[in-house]
Amino acid sequence: MSNLDHNQSIDIEPTESIESTESTKGQVILRLENITKCFPPSVIALDNVSLNIKKGEVHALVGENGAGKSTLMKVLAGIHQANSGTIELDGNIIKLNGPMDAKKQGLLLIHQELSLVADMTVAENIYLGNLPKRWPNIVNNKVLYTNVDKILARLKCNFNAKDKVSSLSIAMKHMVEIARALVFTPKIVIFDEPTASLTDTEKFVLFDVINDLKKDGVAIVYISHRMDEIFSLSDRITVLRDGCYRDTVNTQETDEDKLTQMMIGRSLDGNCKSAMGELGDIALEVKDLSCHGRFENINFTLRKGEVLGMYGLVGAGRTEIAETLFGIRPQTSGQIFLDSELVNITSPADAVANGIALVPENRKEQGLVLGMNCRDNITMSILNKLDHMGVLRHKDELAIYNKYESELAIKTPSWSQKVGNLSGGNQQKVVIGKWLATHPKVLILDEPTRGIDVGSKSEIHKLIRKLAQQGGYAILVISSEMPEVLGVSDRILALFDGKINGEFTDQEVTEDKLVKAISFDNSKMNK
Amino acid sequence: MSSTVKKIKKTSMLKKLKKITFEQPIWLFILLCVIGFSFSSEYFFDLNNFKNILVQTSTIGLIALGLTLVMINGNIDLSVGAIVALSACLAVDLQADFGMFPAIIIGLISGVVLGALNGLIVWKTGVDAFIVTLGAMIGIRGLVFVYTEEQSFFANDFAFSDMGSSSIAGIPTLALILVGFAILVHFILAYTIHGRNTYAVGGNRQASIDAGIRVGPNIVINFAICGFLAALAGVTLSSQMGAATPNLGRDFELWAITAVVLGGTKLTGGVGSIVGTFGGVIAIGILRNGMNLLQVPSFYVLVIMGVILITVLFFDRQVNMRLEKEVGR
Repeated sequence: MSNLDHNQSIDIEPTESIESTESTKGQVILRLENITKCFPPSVIALDNVSLNIKKGEVHALVGENGAGKSTLMKVLAGIHQANSGTIELDGNIIKLNGPMDAKKQGLLLIHQELSLVADMTVAENIYLGNLPKRWPNIVNNKVLYTNVDKILARLKCNFNAKDKVSSLSIAMKHMVEIARALVFTPKIVIFDEPTASLTDTEKFVLFDVINDLKKDGVAIVYISHRMDEIFSLSDRITVLRDGCYRDTVNTQETDEDKLTQMMIGRSLDGNCKSAMGELGDIALEVKDLSCHGRFENINFTLRKGEVLGMYGLVGAGRTEIAETLFGIRPQTSGQIFLDSELVNITSPADAVANGIALVPENRKEQGLVLGMNCRDNITMSILNKLDHMGVLRHKDELAIYNKYESELAIKTPSWSQKVGNLSGGNQQKVVIGKWLATHPKVLILDEPTRGIDVGSKSEIHKLIRKLAQQGGYAILVISSEMPEVLGVSDRILALFDGKINGEFTDQEVTEDKLVKAISFDNSKMNK
Repeated sequence: MSSTVKKIKKTSMLKKLKKITFEQPIWLFILLCVIGFSFSSEYFFDLNNFKNILVQTSTIGLIALGLTLVMINGNIDLSVGAIVALSACLAVDLQADFGMFPAIIIGLISGVVLGALNGLIVWKTGVDAFIVTLGAMIGIRGLVFVYTEEQSFFANDFAFSDMGSSSIAGIPTLALILVGFAILVHFILAYTIHGRNTYAVGGNRQASIDAGIRVGPNIVINFAICGFLAALAGVTLSSQMGAATPNLGRDFELWAITAVVLGGTKLTGGVGSIVGTFGGVIAIGILRNGMNLLQVPSFYVLVIMGVILITVLFFDRQVNMRLEKEVGR
């Protein structure tokens, strides 16, 4: 019964808790010792990470993509179990059996992706899976709504417990996620990239909430790529790199340069550019392309045989630009030229007809028909060229499939294998094959190696280079992984908040410059 | 040497057999039923009885063929039963004014038009096909009652009712119609662009749009084909009876859906085949016929059919889950 206490009433009296925590502020509340987490067969996501977090501090966690931040947080939230190492909370070594256990012990993760039920009320969402009940087994609405009202008042929310979640803005939905944490008695609240989808004003509301929590003696772990936020919010910063703990520093004693140095600090590997290919004519030229609220005045050119990398944080407008070029998202202004001819693209069908192909970010949802076989997926967009009076010529179809199977080295027992049964890398090759079959002029790859294991990653990278140099395709690679962008691109565009914030050729680019270009507004920086 | 070749051949044959039973367990079920009924009833295993089964199932069968297309497409059509009634009434009633063949053609056209209309509404409004065709089912049934004024029609032209009981080369015409259209629809699904796109749209709509497939027309055509086959079922049914009543075809949509689902088509779309649907139709026909011969009371037949539907799909799911594990995703 004791763990259901919060069902009956919530005691939120900030004044009381401040008094009690004032004296203990600065005391270590959470101590991680030698946490190691492996994902079979060969990925070591966390390698002997030790870390301590103090009461009432905002502890920022930084590192590149793949550095292990999210894995560490998932271990803390009970989603993953560490292979070895100990977690010590308030002086006691604890074991976390699943997310609910972690929540009850006071370790709360605010998810980056919202996981709310749109058609239920705010209160029902906040207590989802944990609704207060009364005899015999009915929802105790009175307790539910009074408790939620208290929580919302504490967060200074401007919406009601009885509002439908579907009527809320994104920022409000984030508040609901945070409110979920307060149902339990939080000791540590973990924010994973909380501002990625928030506007500036919404951000400040969030920061206020974080500062309030901090005042109440709650420890905050804050994961972000954005340097400005980290420096304005945090007390201490811990850097992770390639799954290893690097260092913890006081925020006052460091600056951006030192921090980026610590984050990168490894040799450049994975570079698969053997030689720069001969660049051909301009295949794609984009002039002042804008999509209201997403990106503005995007200008760039792309030549035949060139790989152009586009790098930026989540929400910087990378995917949106790709979707606009492919006709999924309407442009509000600007012009697109293909082979120096102005084209008007309003639908994917237009884009395909004009020779633009998009390998989407999410291959399972947007790229493949998982229940169909390899051959059918590859010929899917060119069936009109393979028929004789409406009847498909299987021989021609198979010939096309065989061509791309050998060209892209797709590993599958036979053409009739369902695509859903292939590995991620091979699935991605099938998507690429599908688009190469349409003979595109411009090939856009959005996060080409997302969810693909390390070995297949480099294979895909080599393939991209080969397609540019030998195939003469003009390729735009969008990625949030720096080694990938640096490894495959001839030229890199850095995006920040929907604007191009820097352009680097392969010779002049450094990781340092790139990190700065995606984290700070150039116009506010004197270069 | 040759023995190893034989062995390989044998194992690959076994594999093929395994694959067929895994992908379409309904045929295994049919085999078991045929064996079971043959031993328990002396009248069952007889060529004439098999012809009989085909004739008895021809109405549901034709509807199920069209419904397979719509369901692979990721939609559903509940209005087929009402279309059966409308086309039957038109085809019988109008014979007096226009002659037999024009009346039949008007009946068939009504099915195509209403089917296409269903598809058009689903496409243009984005309302779920279940709701659209539920509305159509109620509305079209109402139209039938308006048209018939609750009367039944009888065919005065004996050629019409003769067609229902005629045979070509010893095979009942209605069975030939069912098998012929099954082959035709199978051909459309397996060998044409339209068929391939039908799978793609049902399997992943977003990917299909991005691949430049015209999703809307694809949906409309499938609904139109489904409407046509339902109307054809209405014509064949009324020719069997030599009459048409406004209540004709009630619950037929449910039997047809049962047959399609028994045949392995997924309600979520993207998966299915005519071979499977044909199996589902035959399975229902054999069960009804066999239990009839064993003189099982007709209400118990319904109970048994319900149980079998759930059981077959339960095994289908188990088998699929094991298959997925075997492949090891």
